[in-house]
Amino acid sequence: MSSHNGDSHHSTLTQEQMMALAKQGLQTGVGRSVKHESAAKQVSGDAVYVDDRLEFPNQLHVYARLSDCAHGRITKLDVNPCYDFPGVAIAITAEDVPGQLDIGAIMPGDPLLADGKVEFYGQPILAVAASDHDTARKAAMAAIIEYDELDAVLSVEEALEKEHYISEPHSHVRGDSKTALANAKNSVSGSVHIGGQEHFYLETQVSSVIPTEDGGMIVYTSTQNPTEVQKLVAEVLGVSFNKVQIDMRRMGGGFGGKETQAAGPACMAAVVASLTGRPTKMRLPRMEDMMMTGKRHPFFNQFHVGYDDNGRITGCEMKLAGNCGYSPDLSNSIIDRAMFHSDNGYYLGDATITGYRCKTNTASNTAYRGFGGPQGLIMPEIILDDIARSLGKDPLEVRKHNLYNGMNGLNGFGQPLTSDDDGRDTTHYYQPVEDNQLPEMIAQLEASSDYQARREAIRAYNASSPILKKGLSMTPVKFGISFTATFLNQAGALIHIYTDGSIHLNHGGTEMGQGLNTKVAQIVAEEFQVDFDNIQVSATDTDKVPNTSPTAASSGADLNGKAAQNAAQTIKQRLVEFAASHFNVSNEDVRFANNHVLIRDEIMAFADFIQLAYFNQISLSSTGFYRTPKIYYDRDNARGRPFYYFAYGVSCSEVVVDTLTGEYKILRADVLHDVGASLNPAIDIGQIEGAFVQGAGWLTSEELVWNDKGRLMTAGPASYKIPAIADMPVDFRVNLVENRKNKEDTVFHSKAVGEPPFMLGISVFCAIRDAVSSLSNYKISPQIDAPATPERVLWAVEAIKKDSNQQAATQPETALEPA
Amino acid sequence: MIKFLLNQELRVEQSIDPNMTVLNYLRTHVSKTGTKEGCASGDCGACTVVLGELVKDERGGDKICYTSINSCLTFISALHGKQLISVEDLKDQGQLHPTQQAMVDCHGSQCGFCTPGFVMSMFALGKNIADPNKGEIEEALSGNLCRCTGYRPIVDAAEQMYRSTEQDQFDRNQQQTIERLKGLQIDEQPQLSDGSKSAINPRTIEELAEQLSANPTARLVAGGTDLALEVTQFHRQLETLIYVGDIAAMKAVDVFDDRIELGAAAPLTDCYNALANDYPDFGALLHRFASLQIRNQGTLGGNIGNASPIGDSPPALIALNAEVVLRHGSANRTLKLEDYFIDYKVTAQQPGEFIEKVIVPRANGTDRFRSYKISKRIDDDISAVLGCFNLTVTDGTITDARVAFGGMAAIPKRAAQCEAVLNGAQWNLATIDRAKQALANDFDPISDFRASKEYRMLTAVNMLTRYFVEIDQPAVDSRVVSSSVVEQYVPNKVVTNQNIQQQAQTGGAAHV
Repeated sequence: MSSHNGDSHHSTLTQEQMMALAKQGLQTGVGRSVKHESAAKQVSGDAVYVDDRLEFPNQLHVYARLSDCAHGRITKLDVNPCYDFPGVAIAITAEDVPGQLDIGAIMPGDPLLADGKVEFYGQPILAVAASDHDTARKAAMAAIIEYDELDAVLSVEEALEKEHYISEPHSHVRGDSKTALANAKNSVSGSVHIGGQEHFYLETQVSSVIPTEDGGMIVYTSTQNPTEVQKLVAEVLGVSFNKVQIDMRRMGGGFGGKETQAAGPACMAAVVASLTGRPTKMRLPRMEDMMMTGKRHPFFNQFHVGYDDNGRITGCEMKLAGNCGYSPDLSNSIIDRAMFHSDNGYYLGDATITGYRCKTNTASNTAYRGFGGPQGLIMPEIILDDIARSLGKDPLEVRKHNLYNGMNGLNGFGQPLTSDDDGRDTTHYYQPVEDNQLPEMIAQLEASSDYQARREAIRAYNASSPILKKGLSMTPVKFGISFTATFLNQAGALIHIYTDGSIHLNHGGTEMGQGLNTKVAQIVAEEFQVDFDNIQVSATDTDKVPNTSPTAASSGADLNGKAAQNAAQTIKQRLVEFAASHFNVSNEDVRFANNHVLIRDEIMAFADFIQLAYFNQISLSSTGFYRTPKIYYDRDNARGRPFYYFAYGVSCSEVVVDTLTGEYKILRADVLHDVGASLNPAIDIGQIEGAFVQGAGWLTSEELVWNDKGRLMTAGPASYKIPAIADMPVDFRVNLVENRKNKEDTVFHSKAVGEPPFMLGISVFCAIRDAVSSLSNYKISPQIDAPATPERVLWAVEAIKKDSNQQAATQPETALEPA
Repeated sequence: MIKFLLNQELRVEQSIDPNMTVLNYLRTHVSKTGTKEGCASGDCGACTVVLGELVKDERGGDKICYTSINSCLTFISALHGKQLISVEDLKDQGQLHPTQQAMVDCHGSQCGFCTPGFVMSMFALGKNIADPNKGEIEEALSGNLCRCTGYRPIVDAAEQMYRSTEQDQFDRNQQQTIERLKGLQIDEQPQLSDGSKSAINPRTIEELAEQLSANPTARLVAGGTDLALEVTQFHRQLETLIYVGDIAAMKAVDVFDDRIELGAAAPLTDCYNALANDYPDFGALLHRFASLQIRNQGTLGGNIGNASPIGDSPPALIALNAEVVLRHGSANRTLKLEDYFIDYKVTAQQPGEFIEKVIVPRANGTDRFRSYKISKRIDDDISAVLGCFNLTVTDGTITDARVAFGGMAAIPKRAAQCEAVLNGAQWNLATIDRAKQALANDFDPISDFRASKEYRMLTAVNMLTRYFVEIDQPAVDSRVVSSSVVEQYVPNKVVTNQNIQQQAQTGGAAHV
């Protein structure tokens, strides 16, 4: 059986040598820090992104002309001047779209090109295709557009006041919050603006399409949602889905920004290609990308909370108003997720949480890592800080009083639960919190970060430092894993084994840098017990795995990993049964181990075994499928189990704030995060660190500013500041919770990791507030909207100086001015 | 024509559009798509490439100086006589360069789109500093944005790659490359023309003066880091370009007993040492001036000549009583820098005139020069306000006060009323308080997306408080980035790769 293939590198080994290898075990399977499958290509420039593909001689490039009016009726639209530019092939408007104009993700509302009216500054009105991008842009700018300007709603507060919604408000209700608040011993109320966030994927939106002989389209695109791009391209062309093929090898970053927003350029290119018969590419320049595409939803959140003398919340009302922009997009689910996370890890008592879906004349806000969760989750962190200041307690102590009951029957202080804790294990949407690890994780990080000693050291430092003040904060994260639109929790995969033993792997997830392809390949490697390098992952392709869900909601590895495992197990089962029958042994006698297959006492190289199976007419290809069990949700009654499980994390940040300018720096950040049994610790740590810094950026330097015409003024990296290298914490300590499997039956008992650690960055925001609060000797909780830009921090410093001067003339204030 | 090496391949270009950037040249003209466009505005670093340039070493011999630049802001003329190295050129016989291997080993790439830029910045750093410290690594990478990793693994990779002492192909081929670079010299003046647009590279100040007199509407390109934005962001056509980067005399930095003379085309990186030596705070300011890629290209002359109200160097230079030498034909005139700026984007420079050099007086022993830059992000950001203070105090009396601001008016400007209070007054807190009140009358700043006018004014006023503390009580921590604050937090550990390996084992154990 080893005569067939001289290439098979193990076939020349003796049985003993092969046995020794098998005993060594697999080095590149699940749980190993295997390198990202594209790393070597990425560092050498060999990795091909959509814009890097070789162009055709008759290639067209598309540029879209954007609205410079936030709300208006189009009274004149003349594209004739576009054709005066040599090289222009076509200029299209809404009228030229052969099929359906609307490309709304779930509900309609997003015309591919403006249809008689514009609803935000930056909305595409027409698109020009030319032989080069520059010509297309010049020609597009020559089109004549006139508007009748209409009143524009530009702020979430105005939309709230006018009840200008994309859909009706929705509430989660538990108990009687009104009575609870009336009876509360203490209460606090207030409001805070939480800023949006630009994804700033390094690769802007891009699609490149080639018309097919069947009137369809091959689409190379940078998208998290190939199936939706397939659907929308088919719909705008008016062809059936099976005429459109999507090929998605890799994205240069996604972060949610390519879940729905990739469809526009793909569809525009497809319409042009369909009308001209020429291959067409549309890549957005950075400024156009930032103006045209949606961002993280800005929120305006109001709260009224009652609490006891320990700071334990007894009743809670929150109004979470998300700025959805001009159309629904995914906003309903996003505002819902903000509501689902308005408890974070805490029991809110009798609670009414209401989410408002405000419509404004801005770009349609969309998915962004956390999907609304962060904007809700930050609320209890702000509120608990406020409560702590009012009681003169350390915010960490107050947080511990409010945690859900821990999984080992312990409360937030590690003490056994008492009757006071009865019922404190269910969320305000009635999902039990069954595996709450936060009490022990907080205890662990409190010790490892030396929280208490540093708290004292910071007090001492602040007392003697007139200009700089340090702040410290520890905040937890509990994040629900599953798409809340339950049907999306499904995935498919496709595996072929070729006769040389090499494996081709395809699945419905998309690679945006998060290492999904690497993890799924590790899972397949583990199942077959073959080296990672023996597995070739391939571009996500709607021809290979159909009807996929977006790679979103942190679900990529959970869903696609399970689907790939299912496919692998199907083939493996066939192989085992074949071997059992062929060698006349029992199924249990057939084992796969480190690139070999053991058949009772015999051993052979995996490749040789596969050859044998092939010659014996065994199918070496299989699809795989997975759907998440246990989850359901009744939205009408706001009850159910929308999440299969929760992922947990804790972070502790120390910052220093300049009270003369409001500038700050993160001095140290300690993170402890729960990924269950890690599929790949290096990749998971990479996700956690990256998410922390991105989350900190959201709440600090990343400020979106629109002018009074609704134009985004921060439409490029010169004005919109994502964290740079000096913004990472000086001392950054990230650890995974060790030896903790997901108690649910997830793939190898791992946990999702994409989004949850994003919210670890909240500790930076709270630490800045802590530093400012020190100016009042921690008596006053500063009011700072997010992002806490230096300017906002300075105004908080000024306000607190004024307040504490008034409040306590006797209290010797730490001198700001040197004596 | 112009001649340059595309890594080792000789390229001769003649009729290429002189408005073409090196990035577009690489991606579309020679189909080297490893170099990425992230912003086309010099703010993200994804397009970073390295230029090798022939320079003299300390002993007068030839050597190649490698610098990282933003290819999206560099016009093609700047390549003449140089070696252009992009990410594809680093592999050697199929093996990754140590820089690249370190990025792989440390898990430094996730989505990979910023990665080529980081690799090139790290490669250039490795060629310039044998064993860089963490600060030097951060400086080299401050112009490269990564949205995925949070930077820790990239810093680890940078530290790891420096432990590789082996020679790479660039070291091995150095002599040969030097000879080839020498062979790029051509007799006629280097120039490009595509029929409608042209660029010319004068090689002497005289040639420049002559050509600018003949073409007073031509645009001068030095680093081009601001000018190129007119093409890449504002989509203008620059018909006639005169590239001054080949004029050795205009790139000179000369330190005399009483003054420092900085050629208008000297890259900011080259000005750094001379200025930082006399005025440490000027050095600190230059560290925060855009990014290393920009400083490798950008020049003092350009930063002055573009007359931006928020340029970082003019307030500092004004506070230091610097002068500019303007040249027209063969005639020179010297102007106080503060008199150069007249109104928003209007200067005293006449058509046909150009900045030849900048003259900064040497420090007089007591270092009371301070500059304070306010921006949303510490590194690689544009100032909302920049205030510079240079007071001379003799026997407790302020004998000379120079206070200049950027971001507070339409031009970089001295704070006259504030200075009037300070001049002749006692050096004490009461004086500072009066100066703060006066400063509020000096300016009427605007509100924009960087800051409100109220914030600009308050931070400007607060700078006086900080200045007094820094001079009077140097032991007080006064800046969030100062080493007295930050250094105690810098971890001692070398590379956390080991931790990851440990966790790999623990993580793996959970599965069995």
